Amino acid sequence: MMKKQVTFRVFRSHTGERPYASHPRTESSVGKMSDYEVEYDEGMVVLDVIHRIQAEHAPDLACRWNCKAGKCGSCSAEVNGKSRLMCMTRMSDIMEETPENEPVTVRPMQGFPLIRDLVTDVSWAYEMNKKMVPVNGPDKLDWEFNQNEADRIQEFRQCIECMLCVNTCHVIREHEKFDDFAGPRFFVRMAGLEMHPLDTESRIPQIKEDFGIGYCNITRCCTEVCPAGINITDNAIIPLKERVVTEYYDPIAMIARKIGIKR
Amino acid sequence: MYDYECHEHDVVVIGAGGAGLRAAIEASSMGVSVALVCKSMLGKAHTVMAEGGAAAALANKDSRDSWKTHFRDTMKGGKYLNDWRMARIHAQEAPDRIRELETWGAVFDRTREGRINQRNFGGHTYPRLAHIGDATGLEIIRTLQEKGVHMGMDVFMEFTVCRLFTSSGRISGCLAYDRQRGRAHVFKAKTIVLATGGITRCWSVCSGSWEYTGDGHALAYWTGAEMGDMEFVQFHPTGMIWPPSVRGILVTEGVRGEGGMLRNSEGDRFMFNYVPEMFRKEFADTEEEALAWVEEVISDKQATNRRPPELLTRDVVAKAINSEKAAGRASEHGGAYLNISWRPADQVRKKLPGMYHQFKELAGVDITKQAMEVGPTAHYVMGGVKVDPESQESTVPGLYAAGESATGLHGANRLGGNSLSDLVTFGRRAGLYASKAASAMDTWGEIEEDEIQNGIDHMMAPLNREGGENPAAIVHDLREMMQEKVGIIRTREQLVEALDDLEALRVRSQSCSPGGGVIYNPGWHQALELEAMIDVSQMCALAALEREESRGGHTRDDFPTPDHDSWGKVNSVITKDSDGNMKIEHRSYPPIPDELKQLLDSDDLDGDS
Ligand SMILES: Cc1cc2nc3c(=O)[nH]c(=O)nc-3n(C[C@H](O)[C@H](O)[C@H](O)COP(=O)(O)OP(=O)(O)OC[C@H]3O[C@@H](n4cnc5c(N)ncnc54)[C@H](O)[C@@H]3O)c2cc1C
Ligand code: SF4
Ligand code: SF4
Ligand code: FES
Repeated sequence: MMKKQVTFRVFRSHTGERPYASHPRTESSVGKMSDYEVEYDEGMVVLDVIHRIQAEHAPDLACRWNCKAGKCGSCSAEVNGKSRLMCMTRMSDIMEETPENEPVTVRPMQGFPLIRDLVTDVSWAYEMNKKMVPVNGPDKLDWEFNQNEADRIQEFRQCIECMLCVNTCHVIREHEKFDDFAGPRFFVRMAGLEMHPLDTESRIPQIKEDFGIGYCNITRCCTEVCPAGINITDNAIIPLKERVVTEYYDPIAMIARKIGIKR
Repeated sequence: MYDYECHEHDVVVIGAGGAGLRAAIEASSMGVSVALVCKSMLGKAHTVMAEGGAAAALANKDSRDSWKTHFRDTMKGGKYLNDWRMARIHAQEAPDRIRELETWGAVFDRTREGRINQRNFGGHTYPRLAHIGDATGLEIIRTLQEKGVHMGMDVFMEFTVCRLFTSSGRISGCLAYDRQRGRAHVFKAKTIVLATGGITRCWSVCSGSWEYTGDGHALAYWTGAEMGDMEFVQFHPTGMIWPPSVRGILVTEGVRGEGGMLRNSEGDRFMFNYVPEMFRKEFADTEEEALAWVEEVISDKQATNRRPPELLTRDVVAKAINSEKAAGRASEHGGAYLNISWRPADQVRKKLPGMYHQFKELAGVDITKQAMEVGPTAHYVMGGVKVDPESQESTVPGLYAAGESATGLHGANRLGGNSLSDLVTFGRRAGLYASKAASAMDTWGEIEEDEIQNGIDHMMAPLNREGGENPAAIVHDLREMMQEKVGIIRTREQLVEALDDLEALRVRSQSCSPGGGVIYNPGWHQALELEAMIDVSQMCALAALEREESRGGHTRDDFPTPDHDSWGKVNSVITKDSDGNMKIEHRSYPPIPDELKQLLDSDDLDGDS
């Protein structure tokens, strides 16, 4: 089998560094990039190389992973500056895009506070999760609806909560609107609830007021990085924006809302 | 004196996969205080990887199905070593547990009538698996997570439990370290539910994640609980085998349920040659009949033809692929060819989107055009903590277990889809009974300070050592050894060697030194997990050495046939004796009542009076 040599330039926290480094941070205040020379074999993914670095050079190199098959959304990082799952990024593709004699760079997600090395603090997402109003449907065990109704929302149910979309969105990455903006992942979640065929809840006021959907200016950067292939902007965010418009700026809908009818 | 944080809850649930989440939801709904402790992030547990579906006799797709047939199939698949009481409860309760998930937001694929659709799987007589494409585990864990976060439980993510405490013989709490901050935590608990999943990381080719180091199995054993059926490990017939870095990653049985065919290097559809006597009546004996069955199923008709032999139980298919390889008829990289490309590409992408994606991204194979290469991978452990079939309480009072960490339901071999339904059925029961027991207690058991300090001392030991091996090297050697000596086909010599090798590995593990600090240090975590891996591996090897027959997930080259009269009636039970040594005995479940026995195939029960 073919073995090749590669240099991985990986972000390492300073040892003894206090966890939960503040955010925003400058890279050099919390750590530095370290080079590792490793061999890699045909078919390997970036996560395999990270594991090899742990096994051969740095047992304490921190990274998250679980499934190694793109199903759990744990191994998010920025490889050569792009947000991706390390377990689904093949070395052959990475080598193709990396200029000759340049190292491959691996950094933690920059949009989230750092814990250590490649591991970030995504507890924000779990707090957001609690704010989602759950599905509210018929009070019986057997729910019936058709496949075409299911099709509309099953796309949204494919989300693996990798937070790559949130990491990429400028509203969060640059403007840090963690408190006022739900971020693409949670618009996906809300689209799934709002479009559920048997759901009777209205989340539109919350989507407008608390979750700040207006901050999104449809740049589609989130859709580009979604490893689950969800068409976040076109299928989730835009329809929700339309619902906000109808609900708030369509006079008939406004009256309906005042007297408590959900459309 | 080490410093630690102390927490107090009525019920502590360890593990946040399907079983743990379902237990925590039930316990919270009973009004007790609940802590949910898990070593990875919420929603990332192993359950998220489950693909094919959850088995329940909803009879939506084939009205002939009922709990009775599900019960029969489960017992038959388990080669009659199942706890029949659990198999009955599971078959009866699973349908409501699955329907309930939809009221919490799950969206399964639909039948034409708008009900939950069901797919065929190995060993199930009728289409029985509720599913959403091939991402059913994701749907189930997300649904439970979304329900759970609104129930008021306290969630402790990236906390690893490394010891359980008892006070006067009753469970009283546990010790954990917090991966993110590296601090020690003591959880006081009136009852504890173990839902830590499986052990398959002990083999080098496996479908499991880093979490599958058998922590829960070891924790229970160290605390004195009885462990059952540890020789039974399921090798799933279809794992990816190429390229090497993806070796072991699962290819769902759903591929075969949707009509995938297995062939060897000579193009033979070899499964027709491996139909065991006990299944002969139920499987097609020609390619034409097998194809006719698939056509019926795809077009939503009730099957009148018999099913393709690819849908035999997993133990049978895994061993067949192994035998083909031994006979020199393996695929290019040492497995078999699995082909679904004869179905229209859009149907393959719709029904198996995850598999399409997985092969495309990881192997550069387009499964709508090419065959996949597959081979066996360590997938599931049938053995685990022995529990009361109703309440899921272990033999340690106050300690409950559910999901893959418990044993009983699956006997010698688990049917596909029966795990996800197991999780919600028995997860709920464990949560229910653990909270009832906790409610009946007015206070917490006292945990000796000495024990806590000892526990933390033990936990810190790897970091206080210097100059030792990298724990990754020991883990690597352990996994290679288990693969070679306690794999699909076992012999006495190899098992004896394995037990010796484990002692050598234990000695090495006691001096390994990962280096680094306490904050998110995977090397340190691995050093701690090694202890569990070694003890769990020893349980498997010991139980496998004792069982001198072949049955389900346990195959002995030196005893190649099943022995219905003696071994077929007893289950292994492992405990730690008072000197700390591992001890094994064999025991039977209570006799099965006549009305249930009638549901089973009388031909299979030879030697049974
Ligand atoms: C790829 C794949 C596909 C599968 N497909 C199917 C299928 O289609 N149908 C089916 O029925 N079954 C399937 N299975 C099997 C099934 O997914 C598992 O058996 C099941 O999910 C186990 O669930 P669990 O709740 O017992 O444990 P898990 O989901 O594994 O959860 C274990 C939990 O325990 C925690 N934990 C472990 N140790 C500790 C510790 N020391 N301290 C704190 N927390 C700890 C983990 O963090 C995790 O939260 C599949 C398995 C795999 C690998
Ligand atoms: S489309 Fe909206 S949510 Fe997505 S990245 Fe752009 S601004 Fe953010
Ligand atoms: S929507 Fe896509 S990118 Fe965003 S969290 Fe979900 S899977 Fe990840
Ligand atoms: S490890 Fe699960 S998505 Fe990468």
